Amino acid sequence: MVMLENLSYGDAGFGDELLIGTLLTLELAVVSLVVGILLGLLTAAAKLSNNRFYRLLAQGYTELVRGIPEMLVVLVVFFGASALLQTVAGWFNYDAYIEVNAFVAGVFALGLVFGAFSSEVFRGAFLAVPKGQMEAAVACGMTSWQAFYRIRLPQMWRFAIPGLGNLWMVLLKDTSLISIIALDELLRWSKVAAETTKQPFTFYIAAAIIYLLLTILSDMARVRLENRANRGVMAHD
Amino acid sequence: MTEAAAISISDLHKRFADIEVLKGISLEAHQGDVVSILGSSGSGKSTLLRCINLLETPTSGDISVYGEALKLAKNRHGEMEPLDQKQINRVRSSLAMVFQSFNLWSHMTILENIIEAPVHVLKKPKAEATEHAMELLQKVGITDKADAYPGMLSGGQQQRVAIARALAMEPKAMLFDEPTSALDPELVNEVLQVMRQLADEGRTMIVVTHEMGFAREVSDQVIFLHQGRIEEQGPPRDVFENPSSERFKQFLSSGL
Ligand SMILES: Nc1ncnc2c1ncn2[C@@H]1O[C@H](COP(=O)(O)OP(=O)(O)OP(=O)(O)O)[C@@H](O)[C@H]1O
Ligand SMILES: [Mg+2]
Repeated sequence: MVMLENLSYGDAGFGDELLIGTLLTLELAVVSLVVGILLGLLTAAAKLSNNRFYRLLAQGYTELVRGIPEMLVVLVVFFGASALLQTVAGWFNYDAYIEVNAFVAGVFALGLVFGAFSSEVFRGAFLAVPKGQMEAAVACGMTSWQAFYRIRLPQMWRFAIPGLGNLWMVLLKDTSLISIIALDELLRWSKVAAETTKQPFTFYIAAAIIYLLLTILSDMARVRLENRANRGVMAHD
Repeated sequence: MTEAAAISISDLHKRFADIEVLKGISLEAHQGDVVSILGSSGSGKSTLLRCINLLETPTSGDISVYGEALKLAKNRHGEMEPLDQKQINRVRSSLAMVFQSFNLWSHMTILENIIEAPVHVLKKPKAEATEHAMELLQKVGITDKADAYPGMLSGGQQQRVAIARALAMEPKAMLFDEPTSALDPELVNEVLQVMRQLADEGRTMIVVTHEMGFAREVSDQVIFLHQGRIEEQGPPRDVFENPSSERFKQFLSSGL
């Protein structure tokens, strides 16, 4: 059968390319997740701070990213970063065309999007930690940093993980947007294979199944994380 | 010269927005005293207690703990603010607090709850803190729950753990805010019993409570708050037998 041959692993088929694409997709998603979580935590902290300027900054960033289609964020980051680098290079009398690494630009764009959405999840999660938990901490002489780091931060996860799980699913699928800046992730390899073999249906279905498997696996991981974050409190609520 | 009072408060005022909740409170608790604070709901008992360790910042007035005045100053918005956060943290570590809702840290085991502050605030070696914690658990009558999480314990057990957590700081004085009010009636006594034991050991305790029996039998001094003022104050024998304030009489006869 031609179809299976085309999907096979090795020179004859595109199986190995799909695998490489899947790995790159995962790599892109995981690195973007880490960047996005850090950005989201920072933004949530800014939203909860007493400083009006920080709050405005965080609010502005969230609104901006939420209002723009993800695809545009990717394009703006990619071409914007190139233009920026070129300008900076120009100051040093260096004027060759500089292209930003597509992976880095992808991580930056997806991290920016994840950071904006997750900042709301984190903000809610921080507020959901009962006030008495922090009071007990400062009442025994902990500094506000210790109370945050030892008490509030670890308890926050239990409230954040369900929301982060959803955002992760979105992120995983949004990695496909990075194919437009020519990163060889799963969707792009599927497209190449589809065009080469003239069997678009086969390869797009294959890609869809791979994305679906990744989401199912992610959901299983989320359940485990949720159980871990809830240990000890399950008896209560 | 007499020894400085354990806790001394003078002309304390606290206002939230435009409601004045404490309207000039002065009191002294001496080393080894048990002071019970009574009063109906909303009279300002918790606020008073929480001002002592600056969980609430007073609007004006002075607080001294073992002769050391807590340094407060007005900030540019005209609100009082600690001048020296290090001092406040140090004083807080010497004044353990027990809350109505226990407030055990839910992500930590019982043992971790008890050693947390000794290790991270007092910088005690973990092994030493653990050994002390096990003794304290024994003392409050909880022997086989060190590795359980707070959510698995009854309210009475949680509050006894919270008392052990407070004792682990080797505090100079202890603040209790209605420690038995959130408990089912049949669990109240196990907590009161531990508190009586602490009083017998000569610990300095300030206790906001609705337990008249405890206030009458254990305290050295009873304070009755009404709408942010002290309406009645004195040794329990005097205030319970011969209350001078009409409101305190009403409070006593209403059986709360
Ligand atoms: N953070 C706050 N902001 C605004 N008002 C407050 C705040 N905390 C307390 N109050 C008000 O101050 C008054 C005294 O409250 P407080 O908690 O000290 O009373 P209480 O005597 O402890 O009552 P209870 O027996 O119900 O615990 C109440 O009217 C309460 O609504
Ligand atoms: Mg109260």
